[in-house]
Amino acid sequence: MSGILISSFSAVESGIIYALMALGVYLSFRILDFPDLTVDGSFVTGGAVAAISIVNGVPPVLATFYAVIAGFIAGVVTGILNTKGKINPLLSGILMMIALYSINLRIMGKPNVALLNEPTIFNQLEGFWASLGIDSFLNSILTDLGADTVPGTWVVLIIMVIITLIIKFITDYFLKTEVGLALRATGDNEKMIKSFSANTDILTIIGLGISNALVALSGAFIAQAGGFTDVSMGIGMIVIGLASVIIGEALFGTKNIARTTLAVIGGAIVYRLVLTFALKVNFLDTSDTKLITAVIVILALVTPKLVATQKEAKRIRRKRAMLASGKES
Amino acid sequence: MLSMKDIEITFNEGTLDEKKALQGINLDMEKGDFVTVIGSNGAGKSTLMNMVSGSLKPDIGTVKINDKNVTMLPEYKRSQFIGRVFQDPMAGTAPTMTIEENLAMAYARNKKRTLKVGVSKKRKALFKEHLETLHLGLENRLNAKVGLLSGGERQALSLLMATFTEPNILLLDEHTAALDPSRAELITNLTGEVVEQFDLTTVMVTHNMQQALDLGNRLIMMDKGQIILEVSGQEKQQLTIEKLLHEFQRIRGKQMENDRAILG
Repeated sequence: MSGILISSFSAVESGIIYALMALGVYLSFRILDFPDLTVDGSFVTGGAVAAISIVNGVPPVLATFYAVIAGFIAGVVTGILNTKGKINPLLSGILMMIALYSINLRIMGKPNVALLNEPTIFNQLEGFWASLGIDSFLNSILTDLGADTVPGTWVVLIIMVIITLIIKFITDYFLKTEVGLALRATGDNEKMIKSFSANTDILTIIGLGISNALVALSGAFIAQAGGFTDVSMGIGMIVIGLASVIIGEALFGTKNIARTTLAVIGGAIVYRLVLTFALKVNFLDTSDTKLITAVIVILALVTPKLVATQKEAKRIRRKRAMLASGKES
Repeated sequence: MLSMKDIEITFNEGTLDEKKALQGINLDMEKGDFVTVIGSNGAGKSTLMNMVSGSLKPDIGTVKINDKNVTMLPEYKRSQFIGRVFQDPMAGTAPTMTIEENLAMAYARNKKRTLKVGVSKKRKALFKEHLETLHLGLENRLNAKVGLLSGGERQALSLLMATFTEPNILLLDEHTAALDPSRAELITNLTGEVVEQFDLTTVMVTHNMQQALDLGNRLIMMDKGQIILEVSGQEKQQLTIEKLLHEFQRIRGKQMENDRAILG
């Protein structure tokens, strides 16, 4: 029982960090209608820049900011490849992804960088956090509820909830501004927004920049929470992002932008939970993670359609039955 | 207001598929002029529209709007001066966005886009006011996604979006062709009203001869990339479909004789 609590806790914790990456994927994939595979590379770029900066003595907050800038630049380059180089969106992303693999190795100078005994955003706040006494308060509630083991610290979870929500609200606001509206229209009807004097090339470039900045930010936080960056930690990241977006949209709805961004964050957490529980199945181990991810995405894509078809068939059956019984009487 | 001088465009030059899409086009429009353009398929009407809008650049010649040379100005910059309604009712609006958001994007056409909220309270009132002129009840559906509207409603909204910021030039590209007759009539009437209201300089391409006669103060007929007939003012008012067809055959016939003479 306690094992489940702890692993759910860490699933939610990493889910909320990956939610930033999912928001980035939502911006490119849904808002710009641009399947951007840069994500696999820019996620690591974020982690690499943050880790190497911290190791070299840069304060963690500044190091995280550098990571965001690096991710933004990666997205901008993908955007330029697509709009100015006229390379198809999928291929632009793939090219950038593969280029970033080498660039990330260059940034780190080796395949992985450890952050053992280095300051991070989280451990810098731990002392202040402990003085607040929130950990013992929350844990005492858990113990009262019958848990026999409790999470070590809540600092990562709480900080990430705050940061992710702030970024969610900024994103919601941005997508309602004049520039944001034009950005959304670029993905929705490019021909139309061009006829209303919007430079769709620049909008695509900026949109991909922001998207990958969020992805890199997520990478930087994952590196600091996990204590290391590995050059291969971005493999399949785009699929995880898509999984979060699709699961979130299916479970929590897409009524408006604010609802959808919240759904995407929820989707990222649900994905981590599902993955954690799937790995608890006896014959599955961590090397099956990617396979499980693929299955989750497939289910998330197929199930809503099946349910809708079933509902429609049921509605028609009921209507026919009603008509038939009406005729008999 | 809009002037085209010695315009020439050739597609696939130097190949077997070479096509002179526009040749020797000269057209001068005063403020408030409403030109209807007719002609058979491939006559160059759409090329003319795309050339004015900036999505095509002429090989030779100049385009001026308000005495400003815009020949080489890219489409997105030129659209500050130009409102456009397309043939496809789906083309002029963003389907996943709401009516008010679409109007906000249109409102920003001749302004710099900023990081201020696109749909402010003040603008909402303005949008409502404009939507009321369509008499479609859209003013009560500001938050409806445009993809849920019918083709006629979408085209009426497109027309409003293209015109309510009073562009220097209005381009209508067979904008009633994809609608059923009653909706087409509605849009035709709205077009007449809105052009008069804002005194817009308008170019309208149409396949509907009656529409070309009913709307506008000038009419041009195109064939094989050239303007073969120009009628305006009093003369246009007295024009009928029969006269137009007769005129078309007279000019085309003469040309065919010329061709025969050359070939013979």
